[in-house]
Amino acid sequence: MAPIPIQDTLGMLGDNLERRRSVLPISRRRATAWSRGLEIPARGPTVLYTGQMYQLVPAINAMTHRLSGMEDSWMAGYFGLARRMNRLVNLAGLMARGSPQEVREYNEALRNIARLLLAAHVEFGYLYGVDRYAGALAHDEGLDETLQRHAARVYEDLKAAGVTEVITVDPHTTNLLRSVYPKIVPGYELKVRTYLEVLAALAPKPVERLAEVVTVHDSCLYARREGVAAQPRALLTESGVTIHETELSGKATQCCGGPIEMLFPKRSNDIAARRVEQLAKSADRVVTLCPLCLANLRRVGRPGVEIDDVSSYLVRGYCPRVPNGGAGAELTEPRHAAPAQAVAGA
Amino acid sequence: MRVDPTLRQALGDGNGFDASSCLNCGSCTALCPLGLELFPRKLFRYALLGARDKLVENTDTVYSCLLCKMCEENCPAGVHITDNVRALRVYLGREVFHLGPRGV
Repeated sequence: MAPIPIQDTLGMLGDNLERRRSVLPISRRRATAWSRGLEIPARGPTVLYTGQMYQLVPAINAMTHRLSGMEDSWMAGYFGLARRMNRLVNLAGLMARGSPQEVREYNEALRNIARLLLAAHVEFGYLYGVDRYAGALAHDEGLDETLQRHAARVYEDLKAAGVTEVITVDPHTTNLLRSVYPKIVPGYELKVRTYLEVLAALAPKPVERLAEVVTVHDSCLYARREGVAAQPRALLTESGVTIHETELSGKATQCCGGPIEMLFPKRSNDIAARRVEQLAKSADRVVTLCPLCLANLRRVGRPGVEIDDVSSYLVRGYCPRVPNGGAGAELTEPRHAAPAQAVAGA
Repeated sequence: MRVDPTLRQALGDGNGFDASSCLNCGSCTALCPLGLELFPRKLFRYALLGARDKLVENTDTVYSCLLCKMCEENCPAGVHITDNVRALRVYLGREVFHLGPRGV
């Protein structure tokens, strides 16, 4: 019986970042599938940078599920062999495929984000094959040499594409591109804003009024490092959503347990379960701002509590529905989906 | 406990470890969602003392940290706790696990 071995697990993820440019490499087809039909230009001074975080969640979930089964079991002793094999073939990718339903769901969140920006008349491109994982796990786990090399390559790609501003979609990529890369990439110069900040600054008029009551689970990175907490609340409130704040919110938010899901899956689940209990005291609908928080809180779940990405609310509040097909026709609704009301004068 | 007089310098040089202003008040431990009695103030004390063996012995605790900054937000001495935890990981990864491009 042994815990998940830190050395071989981090070694495998670091090897992947060095050799395959992501800790859990997924194909370009899978990474870009969300953008099909949206016809986003492939270039532009401003780009939507996903950092592949939403696309990676199904793979992370599958990997975490497998690791949970190995934690404190005899199988944990074989990680060294797995790491050596992974250098030859993408073993981590094979272990972590993710379910098609999850892939669709997380892709839909990205489509929602793109629709929101388009509806607000924001001009942006998407770099397709050059939109890469930014290296969050390497940073968190102290793989600094690996991260530094990776960050330099990510920045080179962005500069080569003529990018001067990126719009990010998750806290981890935002934190790296905005607060970490400037310290480790010489000559780094890039304007970085989250789509929530971009939208909040534009203050778009909602097209539907959402008569719903939610509580917000803040991301630690957004709330305590990047100053993103008021913007999603303003957008939700403007579209008619009532927010019942939980006691530990904003800068006092409690972690979802996600950062240790790979090395200590059971401990991570315990923290997530405690957080869901806290949130459920305020409302039975929980809004998340980070794909990893969403995955981690949903993994432990609780009957009667619906947990959804903020984009699934905002898209209903701010994007006009397009009848009979088109990029805006498949608006994802949260699983509970209360009927929306038309905003007077919208 | 054996003391390695070079540890503090190794942690500080390049890795950026600095917990010298820690008051050992325990606010960080009390607020930590992990509820680990050891974390993070005792680990920092081991590092300041040069107790390399103790750090290695508590590797799991170092890597358990969520880096959520709840402790740092409320630290009365303004210690950059998460940067310090990262510095410990950089050190352990390099010196103990030999992680990195040329690692084992």
